[in-house]
Amino acid sequence: MTDDAAIRRCVSVAVARLRGEPGPLLEILHSVQNEFGCLPAEAVPLIASALNLSRAEVHGVVSFYHHFRERPAGLGTLKLCRAEACQSMGADALADFTRRRLGIDFGQTTADGRVTLEAVYCLGLCACAPSAMWNGDVIGRITPRRIDEIAEGAGPPA
Amino acid sequence: MNAQPSTVFVPQDAGAEAVGAGAVARAIEAECVRLGKPVRIVRTGSRGLYWLETLVEVQTPEGRVAYGPVRDIDVRALLAGGMLDGAAHALRLGDIGKHDWLANQQRLTAARIGIVDPADLDGYLALGGYAGLSTALTLPPAEIVRIVTDSGLRGRGGAAFPTGIKWKTVHDQAAAQKYVACNADEGDSGTFSDRMLMEGDPFALIEGMTIAARAVGANRGFIYLRVEYPHAARALAKALTVARERGYLGADIRGSGFTFDITVRLGAGAYICGEETSMLESLEGRRGEVRVRPPLPAIKGLFGQPTVVNNVVTLATIPVILARGATFYRDFGMGKSRGTIPLQLAGNVKRGGLVERAFGLTVNELVYDYGGGSASGRPVRAVQIGGPLGAYLPESQFDTPLDYEALSARDALLGHGGVVVFDDTVDMARMARYALEFCAVESCGKCTPCRIGSTRGVELVDRILASANGSRAGDIALLDELCDTLANGSLCGLGGMTPFPVRSALKHFGEDFR
Repeated sequence: MTDDAAIRRCVSVAVARLRGEPGPLLEILHSVQNEFGCLPAEAVPLIASALNLSRAEVHGVVSFYHHFRERPAGLGTLKLCRAEACQSMGADALADFTRRRLGIDFGQTTADGRVTLEAVYCLGLCACAPSAMWNGDVIGRITPRRIDEIAEGAGPPA
Repeated sequence: MNAQPSTVFVPQDAGAEAVGAGAVARAIEAECVRLGKPVRIVRTGSRGLYWLETLVEVQTPEGRVAYGPVRDIDVRALLAGGMLDGAAHALRLGDIGKHDWLANQQRLTAARIGIVDPADLDGYLALGGYAGLSTALTLPPAEIVRIVTDSGLRGRGGAAFPTGIKWKTVHDQAAAQKYVACNADEGDSGTFSDRMLMEGDPFALIEGMTIAARAVGANRGFIYLRVEYPHAARALAKALTVARERGYLGADIRGSGFTFDITVRLGAGAYICGEETSMLESLEGRRGEVRVRPPLPAIKGLFGQPTVVNNVVTLATIPVILARGATFYRDFGMGKSRGTIPLQLAGNVKRGGLVERAFGLTVNELVYDYGGGSASGRPVRAVQIGGPLGAYLPESQFDTPLDYEALSARDALLGHGGVVVFDDTVDMARMARYALEFCAVESCGKCTPCRIGSTRGVELVDRILASANGSRAGDIALLDELCDTLANGSLCGLGGMTPFPVRSALKHFGEDFR
């Protein structure tokens, strides 16, 4: 687990960077999540106290947004677009294939911790559907074969 | 010896990257090193012909010559065949500007995308950039507002509210602090014009925001950018830095005494934050729950101050209006839909991409003349226009012109201009169910019709599909009533417009609900 000191340092750096900026909470949450891959529970009271908010208010914001996660994802994250333009090019069948191939559902991580599968609603790649994002890299006209490669490349730990 | 390096243009647009543009650029570089040919690779935005991506252009004495779609494995043969000199090849397209698909467009807002490096301010200036701001800085703010009003420009984010009237409201407020907030939370499936503009011509947005700020008396701007657009975030960050360094942002812009700067704020994956009041809440660091209107954001917006909230396309259209005049712009279009609209053609279509035209192009022309029909080769059955809250139109209505009033007359809407094509394998009951499910997932929860109604709607569709003939008619009537409640009782467009896809699916594709 992440140690307390690192979390404390990260929060205070983010708070200091945004001091004087109006409405900085989301920015701070992004900074912390970028650092730790999630928003560790220990960060919430620190952020709340720095911004003079209640813990409930911070938690309310964290839980509102799909992007913020309270637990870390796997080593890699595969985001499959499930919106209409991708559906028109077979995204539903691709989603079923991916679930079977990885043995997990959306929002889950493979048992070996290698791949987290997430649904995303539009990456703006609608003229290259179906689309996906693998560890931040965009993939257009994605095929089952590419999913296979991801599953294999991300395969079991050595 | 080789003196001048050849110049090769390779898009860095996310849509091009998604089909391998990065690998193509690397292959060109590596192969040129191997061949000892000096080369300068310029990463641009996309011209918006996505079926031809990766579209590579080379500079020749006769102008730019395009090749596409290029894959990394094609590069060796292309270079061996003389691509750097514009030589013949199966993938050679010639001057892409003369390609039917582009030659038949009227690009005003998207005129510069794909031509130069998006962070190259001199390139932007050479293509007429900042001519609009130069004009604006010589005018009294009220005159800028008048020009925008006269241009007939309406909000391209989806609501189609007259931009000049919104600006005038903000202009007329007496407040020490005003804001310009750009809505870059382009969440509608089938839309990507904001993304293309931010990635391919970010200075146009920056210039548009600067003019808006000058017109209404704001000194601070925010771009609320969706977190799903990391490429746009990088392009904007670079362009903002350059604009500051060159005196186009910050204190005393271009010696005018006018001060304005822009901050990018990232969203966090909530579709509802594309709704303007929800976006303001999110910018203020809260849950993106919709605000009750009034007060209008133009009167009491961001941090309680008068705020111009406009979409990326709207703001990026401002420079050309100021540079070329209100009349020039309003002479495009039809009826009350003035100017041009960057349409986005997507989904199951052979030639998808960005089509900017004066209002009035029909769905048929877009889907068949530009799009070439379905990608699958099967008959086209439906299009959804305007994102997840837009109506589905059957082929019998493809004669509808793509303008605000014509679509409205057919219980449809233009929204942000996305058109998604479906072939005859689409199950429209499933699409209606999806619309309600999407509403349930993305509802902010503030109002009951949207929060509860969406879930009840999903259950109703399931029941209709499962039921025997006897109870179906009653359930369909109930779904229609539920749509009434959503349409009339919701606080914002999410609940209020979800009935568009549901009802249009029921009305035009009733057979799928049996």
